[in-house]
Amino acid sequence: MISKRIVLHFPHRLVDQPIVYKLVKDYDLQFNILKAYVTPQEEGLMVLELLGKKENFDKGIEYLQSCGVKIQPLSQDVIRNEAKCTDCGVCVPICPTAALVVDPHTRKVLFYDNKCIACELCVKVCPTRAMEVHF
Amino acid sequence: MRTIKEINEKIKKGGVVVVTAEEIIDLVRKKGAKYAAQEVDVVTTGTFGPMCSSGAYFNIGHSKPRIKLGGGTCKLNDVPAYCGFAAVDIYLGATAIPEDDPHNKVFPGEFKYGGGHVIQELLVGRDIRLEATAYGTDCYPRKKLETLINLKDLNEAVLFNIRNCYQNYNVAVNLSDKMIYTYMGVLKPKLGNANYCSAGQLSPLLKDPYYKTIGIGTKIFLGGGTGYVAWQGTQHNPTVKRKDNGIPQAPAGTLAVIGDLKQMKPEWLIGTSMLGYGATLTVGIGVPIPILDEEILKYTAIKDEEIYTQIVDYSTSYPQMISESLGEVNYAQLKSGKIVVQGKEVPTGNLSSYSKAREIAEELKSRIKKGDFLLTEPVAPIPGVESGYTFKALKERPIV
Repeated sequence: MISKRIVLHFPHRLVDQPIVYKLVKDYDLQFNILKAYVTPQEEGLMVLELLGKKENFDKGIEYLQSCGVKIQPLSQDVIRNEAKCTDCGVCVPICPTAALVVDPHTRKVLFYDNKCIACELCVKVCPTRAMEVHF
Repeated sequence: MRTIKEINEKIKKGGVVVVTAEEIIDLVRKKGAKYAAQEVDVVTTGTFGPMCSSGAYFNIGHSKPRIKLGGGTCKLNDVPAYCGFAAVDIYLGATAIPEDDPHNKVFPGEFKYGGGHVIQELLVGRDIRLEATAYGTDCYPRKKLETLINLKDLNEAVLFNIRNCYQNYNVAVNLSDKMIYTYMGVLKPKLGNANYCSAGQLSPLLKDPYYKTIGIGTKIFLGGGTGYVAWQGTQHNPTVKRKDNGIPQAPAGTLAVIGDLKQMKPEWLIGTSMLGYGATLTVGIGVPIPILDEEILKYTAIKDEEIYTQIVDYSTSYPQMISESLGEVNYAQLKSGKIVVQGKEVPTGNLSSYSKAREIAEELKSRIKKGDFLLTEPVAPIPGVESGYTFKALKERPIV
């Protein structure tokens, strides 16, 4: 079994079509929707946590790509601008998945992007706007 | 034990012993206060947090023909500056924002750009757009001025912050069932988080709680350069309740500080945006404490565990001016990442960067050791506990 967090970009022509349900029906994958919206340009964006057998997972991804869905691993989406971060730590209690934590020795803020679900709560809370979204 | 003059002799000759306000804690624990007081000449402190009562004044030089900004208007990158002075002196406050900023009309406002950001951009070396209007006089005929300005070309550029360096600060929580957006950050409903804002055991005024060495004229690390304590800060409140160790249990003393902006660095003066609240400036300050006797040394060795502050509800008590504490916690508890408020475990967040405060204390230590930073004797004290100086609320009176 593998579990991965991925970002799906649906082009305009796919926005009104049912696609994700096939991951369950045909590929026996479990999914958890972390975020979903349609942009003003009418493109769909969905952040999913996908869980299933490795071979099913790969086939599911292949299916999505064959439909024209662009796939991106989640960790590339929310990044920290290291030059702007002051390591204050005001983001830490806001982060729902403990992707942002204070190192007890250095008192610097650590960002575990593998834990990030791209909820973006930290982005506007950051006083120096060091957290950036790159969808 | 030793005088500031003697310490300065040692700095010049080499061999001065300087430790940070963290290192002194370990030294006293291992070797005792008496030994430490004999060995150590200076303890360095540091703090790095958003400080709203900050700003800078500039003299931009006279245009040809002349213009008198006094009584007119002036904007720097659309951010209004105060110009109620003579012809070309202006003051830019850290929280000023452009007139067309959406403020909180779309709540919570983002406040992406304000006076603090202009100050940081000047330090980066960028050109800033100046747009000014005036009514025109016989000696200053011009009515309009639009030009780019650059920090290096200004006659004077002086950071002058009227309240910085708070000696202790509240822990902010939210008891309501709605998210609130404050100068203490975003506070989640029903005690979702607890935000604090102090460097604790590294913070300048917490290491000299009775202002025995820090006074008017004290030379300090300011925004990456050198500055001075100009006065007590506004809202200076030395008479709040204190623990037996002298540490105030609530926000107390403050400092007004001043220094030449041209020698400061953009890493230590950072334009800051508080969601739903406003724009401001994050300021780095470090103050050296000369160890003149064992008592002064003992204060510098006070630890996070011994520094207490109050938990305040920012949904009702704070905005309504109701003096009410939900309890007292120390900085070791706050730094552990969670505290208990009304029986609930609440995660904590700091608005003030402890790691940057540590860097400032280290940087100041290194400047003193290298002989680049001599200490100054204060020319006058700031009001202390005995002064009766207090911070009063406004008594409103009807205008008849």
